[in-house]
Amino acid sequence: MSAFSAIGEDREIDQNEYTPGIEPQATWCPGCGDFGVLKALKGAMADVGRSPEEIMLVTGIGCSGKLSSYFESYGYHSIHGRSLPVARAAKLANPGLEVVAAGGDGDGYGIGGNHFMHTARENHDMVYIVFNNEIFGLTKGQTSPTSPKGHKSKTQPHGSAKDPIRPLSMSLSAGASYIARTAAVNPNQAKEIIAEAIEHDGFAHIDFLTQCPTWNKDAKQYVPYTDIQQSEDHEFDITDRREAGEAMYEAETALHEGEVLTGRFYQDDRPSYGQEKRSLGEMPEEPLAERYHDADYEWERSYDLLDRHK
Amino acid sequence: MTANELVWRIAGGSGDGIDSTSQNFAKALMRSGLCVFTHRHYPSRIRGGHTYVEVRAGEDEVKSRGDGYNFLLALGDSFARNPKEEAYYGNEEVKPLSENLDELREGGVIVYDEGLLDGDEVADLDERAEENGWHVYPLDLRGMAREHGREVMRNTAGVGATCALIGMDLEPIETLMEERMSGDILEQNIEILRMARDQVAEMDHDHDVSVPTGSHDEDQVLVSGSTGVAYAALDEGCRFIAGYPMTPWTEVFTIMSQNLPDVGGISEQVEDEIAAAALALGASHAGVKAMSGSSGGGFALMSEPLGLAEMTETPVVLVEAMRAGPSTGMPTKPEQADLEHVLYTSQGDSHRVVFAPGNAKEAYDQTRKAFQIAYDYQLPAIVLYDQKLSGELVNVDESFFDREPNPSLGAVLSEDEIEDAAHHASGKFQRYRHDPENGVSPRTIPGQVGGRFLASGNEHTPEGHISEDPHNRIMQVERRNRKLESIRADLDGRENSNQTLHDPTDGDAEYGIITFGSQQGTVEEATDRLVEAGHDVKALGVSDLAPYPEDEVAAFLESVDECLVVEMNSTAQFRGLTQKELGRFGEKLTSLLKYNGNPFEPRDIVEGFEAAIDGGDTPDENTRLVRAAGD
Ligand SMILES: Cc1ncc(C[n+]2csc(CCOP(=O)(O)OP(=O)(O)O)c2C)c(N)n1
Ligand code: SF4
Repeated sequence: MSAFSAIGEDREIDQNEYTPGIEPQATWCPGCGDFGVLKALKGAMADVGRSPEEIMLVTGIGCSGKLSSYFESYGYHSIHGRSLPVARAAKLANPGLEVVAAGGDGDGYGIGGNHFMHTARENHDMVYIVFNNEIFGLTKGQTSPTSPKGHKSKTQPHGSAKDPIRPLSMSLSAGASYIARTAAVNPNQAKEIIAEAIEHDGFAHIDFLTQCPTWNKDAKQYVPYTDIQQSEDHEFDITDRREAGEAMYEAETALHEGEVLTGRFYQDDRPSYGQEKRSLGEMPEEPLAERYHDADYEWERSYDLLDRHK
Repeated sequence: MTANELVWRIAGGSGDGIDSTSQNFAKALMRSGLCVFTHRHYPSRIRGGHTYVEVRAGEDEVKSRGDGYNFLLALGDSFARNPKEEAYYGNEEVKPLSENLDELREGGVIVYDEGLLDGDEVADLDERAEENGWHVYPLDLRGMAREHGREVMRNTAGVGATCALIGMDLEPIETLMEERMSGDILEQNIEILRMARDQVAEMDHDHDVSVPTGSHDEDQVLVSGSTGVAYAALDEGCRFIAGYPMTPWTEVFTIMSQNLPDVGGISEQVEDEIAAAALALGASHAGVKAMSGSSGGGFALMSEPLGLAEMTETPVVLVEAMRAGPSTGMPTKPEQADLEHVLYTSQGDSHRVVFAPGNAKEAYDQTRKAFQIAYDYQLPAIVLYDQKLSGELVNVDESFFDREPNPSLGAVLSEDEIEDAAHHASGKFQRYRHDPENGVSPRTIPGQVGGRFLASGNEHTPEGHISEDPHNRIMQVERRNRKLESIRADLDGRENSNQTLHDPTDGDAEYGIITFGSQQGTVEEATDRLVEAGHDVKALGVSDLAPYPEDEVAAFLESVDECLVVEMNSTAQFRGLTQKELGRFGEKLTSLLKYNGNPFEPRDIVEGFEAAIDGGDTPDENTRLVRAAGD
């Protein structure tokens, strides 16, 4: 019998199974977009039928990083910007786990930018949700990498001289194989996109627009929004890199001009990192973590390698 | 070490094949029944520059590079050459000759490649040879190589010449060549080897340098400190490594990466050291034995994941291979100045276990111990060693490695056990329970039914929820602290202490020498010489640093009147640690420090010791004495 019998278990899941005994109201402000992510994640996980015990949710630091406290599963609340390296190793160690990483725009696009780039490039099979509220929430309202140019904050009183980063374009050029943007105000789309991302076999990046009514008061609630898949003005082939890139560029520019474009932007089905590694013989076929529970497994020893030293 | 020893130095430019030639020569000597030890000196550049490797060989165990050498093979010209394009890099034309002479012993032998080096350019070569009784053999090694093969094979000609001069049989060298070459290349090399040997055999020579004879009771293997670390990890069931290259840590990383896929493990070269350590945590949390590591600068980046490992109680082993700092320092030179960095880095009252092996065998033993402690007690363990130990090769009984694997993950519950374990009202498993006696609260692995918990770098309740409750805080801090006490008791209770006592006086010593890590062998050799010279001295090599082996070190220091503390840094970090941990003995401890980029040689310690007890200074600028407070 597998040591991890929660994995692959097939059953109906009630969304309430993802609710722990503590409430997000403990730290999240009323009206915060983070509630929307939590709700969408619960709905999506129930729809795809993952049990709380086969999910490993890795978060960073920030209001967004608290997600792992309010979602019932195996959780790892790591350090600022580092959720991705923790998450991707867990996936390699036990590919049966449904690995989800989450964090804020400061966390994911700022301090963790390097990890973001490389995790996307390697195309690890996991979901990465970035709560994009265009501000540092937990540290009380400093400018973030996605804050618009000219944005004033306590640390940039004259307004930011920097252009915001373009997370979707960045993700595409880095190599993510599934890229979408959704918003807390669009719960149905958010849930569908997360579910799709979970089923996607590769690195699925979701730029999740979340409002921060406390520190980013002039930020729009991201309404009205346009679902690009529903709109006749925005027809493009999401499997075509160039077309997807143009759509992303348009969406990123439009965001700061008041038009919110959400939906799926890119998808390709190249093999995930784990598959590539397995096909090169760089990683075992069976989940590595299982081996430690198999009493019959014969461990190879360094003694077997000594010939070359004789 | 018997008087009859060969210390063969091969010198040239990086890229001249110095490393591989010396490794094969060392192996050939080992196969001939000798004990060997190698010492590498190389600059931080890929081609050109001045490089040498010494191979010291004798009948008995060799513990250090010794003092100076008695055979120089000056091979290249410190130029890197690309014969096709006639491109040359470097500007140190005669270095292999001029740079190496100072340490050549009286009566020593010099073979240099006349094809590339002009002895006349070293102004005083003849005079010095006369004065020191050196025997100089200019040979056209390049010409021989060109005649039967290619210019790069001049190292083979050098080895052939060496064998003829020291009376060594070619057979073990030829066998080694057959093992790693074939076809034309093999034939050419063998031809060159024999030709050089024959040419030299015809010449007159009356020097005293010869190959010692010896034999081994058991089959031997030639391994380095890095091999010890990597093989221990494999034997402890470590199947995941993540890293980023940095000299000299790269050696462990490379050995692991080359072996892990074959044993069903995973190696990841990642974007930086923060990621590397974080990956090791992710893999370990998911139920795989994992390690990462770096050298000083990269380890600095790991300080935050290190704290996370402690707070989330995620077992992990990190390797810190020291080199001279601060900052990028001297990338290819050894130093022991990261001790405090490793002991104290990371915020808060954080704990880690630190081991500092003294030789290749201890590198194996202590890395195994590091994994056991890390997984049994759920905290980070660090193997601290340095550039010297990482690359030096020694012969070890093959049977030393013949041990049982230990894939145990420590206190991990099975799903049946989880059912009966304590759970929170919310259904979460109480991963961080307050009550366990030794501080270790059993864990579960993601994917197990019933074991859900949150691992958080924030302070947390038993089930992992973030908490700033004062009572909970005290309980958690105290439980984590309690693990350290348990580890100390566990280590004290183990049969094999890694504090190595070397006492040629059988307990009558008036003086002591203590050291840590890679200087152990050199200190032992120096101690033997001091005893031969009539001093009452014994030595202790300390290899457990945190928790500090208080009882063993205190007993040693109590038994002597004065003690020299030998370490490779300028700030006496190990002496500081010893005084801090023991809270006394300040008046007994005099430091002998070396921080010029080279490890101690036995004579440095002999001279330093004599200066320390005579009240003088060390004889040259290479080492420095810092006397006991109030002295
Ligand atoms: C290394 C490090 N630097 C800084 C911090 C302080 N810090 C905590 S959260 C945060 C910003 C979080 O902003 P964001 O990622 O946008 O998340 P939000 O709170 O808006 O959800 C910062 C700077 C930290 N915890 N660690
Ligand atoms: S500060 Fe902003 S991001 Fe944080 S909980 Fe409040 S509203 Fe949400």
